[in-house]
Amino acid sequence: MSEAALTIKNLSAGIARGPMLLHGVSLSVAAGEVHGLVGMSGAGKSMVGRCVLGILPAKVAITGGSIRFAGQELVGMAERQRRRIGAGMALIPQDPLSALNPSRRIVSQMTDVMRLRLGISPTEAAARALALLHEVHIRDPQSVLRRYPHELSGGMRQRVLIATAFACEPKLIVADEPTTALDVTVQKQILRLIRDLQRSHGTALLFVTHDLGVVAKICNSVTVLNAGRIVEQAPVAEIFGQPRHPYTRALFAATPRYDQPGGAVG
Amino acid sequence: MANPVPGTLRHALTNWRVLAGGVLLLLLAIAAIFASALAPYDPLDQDLAAQLAAPDWHFGADAHALGTDSLGRDVLSRLIYGSRVALTVAFVAGFLTAIAGTAMGLAAGFFGGWLDAVISRAVDIWSSFPPVLLSIILVALLGTGLWSVVAAIVLIDWTRFCRVVRAETLKQRRLDYVDAAVVAGLRPLAILWREIVPNVLPLALVLLTLEMGLAVVIEAILSFVGLSISSDAPSWGGMIAEGREVVHQAPWVLIGAMLVLLATVLGFNVLGDGLKQELDPVLR
Repeated sequence: MSEAALTIKNLSAGIARGPMLLHGVSLSVAAGEVHGLVGMSGAGKSMVGRCVLGILPAKVAITGGSIRFAGQELVGMAERQRRRIGAGMALIPQDPLSALNPSRRIVSQMTDVMRLRLGISPTEAAARALALLHEVHIRDPQSVLRRYPHELSGGMRQRVLIATAFACEPKLIVADEPTTALDVTVQKQILRLIRDLQRSHGTALLFVTHDLGVVAKICNSVTVLNAGRIVEQAPVAEIFGQPRHPYTRALFAATPRYDQPGGAVG
Repeated sequence: MANPVPGTLRHALTNWRVLAGGVLLLLLAIAAIFASALAPYDPLDQDLAAQLAAPDWHFGADAHALGTDSLGRDVLSRLIYGSRVALTVAFVAGFLTAIAGTAMGLAAGFFGGWLDAVISRAVDIWSSFPPVLLSIILVALLGTGLWSVVAAIVLIDWTRFCRVVRAETLKQRRLDYVDAAVVAGLRPLAILWREIVPNVLPLALVLLTLEMGLAVVIEAILSFVGLSISSDAPSWGGMIAEGREVVHQAPWVLIGAMLVLLATVLGFNVLGDGLKQELDPVLR
């Protein structure tokens, strides 16, 4: 395995003067690899992603451990220095409806990051945005750039967000349930798109999801979280072949199977 | 629709509330700007031979279309000149209040922490005073005059903006696009300006229209109790106070001033309601 893009060691986080949310989570994502982070709601999987990205909710704080990214320690890093990491990381959010600012045109939202991080002119940034929209297979990208988010469908918005995430060639992208808010046919297209772009750009991807079907399609390795603790961590083939932990087996049992009539849910 | 912003404006003009309020206020603005050309008399000219003359509609050099007051001054001319005071207060006090309140609300909602605590408690304490009483005390302290009235309105009403804008900012700050901007490494002030302000602005605009109507009322109240501009100069509140004393002999003084005041406040409120309807789908 090549050098890790992201290494998390013994990460703990909790609510100030309240319960702990993460207990000693360790994982690493190799460059160009897709690492799945699965678990049920409230298992802390999104919280891991938020710790990495530095967007924890106001009352939550990291209480211990280390997050190493691109040779730098992120835990305890000053905000000013942290902002400079900006270009290295990006987020593909869960809900494409609330992830675009309703009162700004697509082009200005896409180019903000590029102008800030790549130091290019507005025209260059707009040209790059156009190329990126081509890359995510949006029809008539020229007109989409001029539109407002409410004029686009959910799938289109998610494509715009994916294009934006790849805009500055980040080393790591955290995808937080990127397909949950979309309908099933669009989910498939979006997953393929993320996978294709991830491969062609060689980006490391931390893929947070509750859907094991998605994990099987896209991930190289998996971490299973329950109640803020790691219950199992293995390459994807291994975990699907012979899940060791009873919780993992329960998660598998909870996944609906469409290929078997009467396949159990729950 | 390739270009929705002019679209929104065009659509707003089909809303009867926006249209009615807009036309009403436009007429008022014309009256205020061209007062010297429109008013048949000098508003300060006293004609002691024609005290409390009833409205009469014959066309002649000495006609008083809306009658005269107890000093023989032409009511129509005084109403027209009075719109200058009303609109000056509406716009100046309205905008200053909006700017001060919105800035405080944005700061409290966005930065949170001790700043939010200080501002929010100030708003709580502030709004526990009865506003009319507070404005009378403030003007009494600041001295009478138009600018004291403006200052009093700003000092009292900034809380209205602050509350609403703070709540909206708190809501906006939790949305994913703010997180995305944080991840991208935008500075806090850039995030506030680019991601939050555009979404708070429509709300502030609606509040501003309503605030202008309120400012007109507050100015009238302060004129009524004699704390605004000098009682000679024409203002609607002053006319209501004078008209009240002669209401049995000459009700037109009181009625005229009350009707224009009513129309103005109605105009602002209807316009505000219309704008709210038009801007809401953008906010959601």
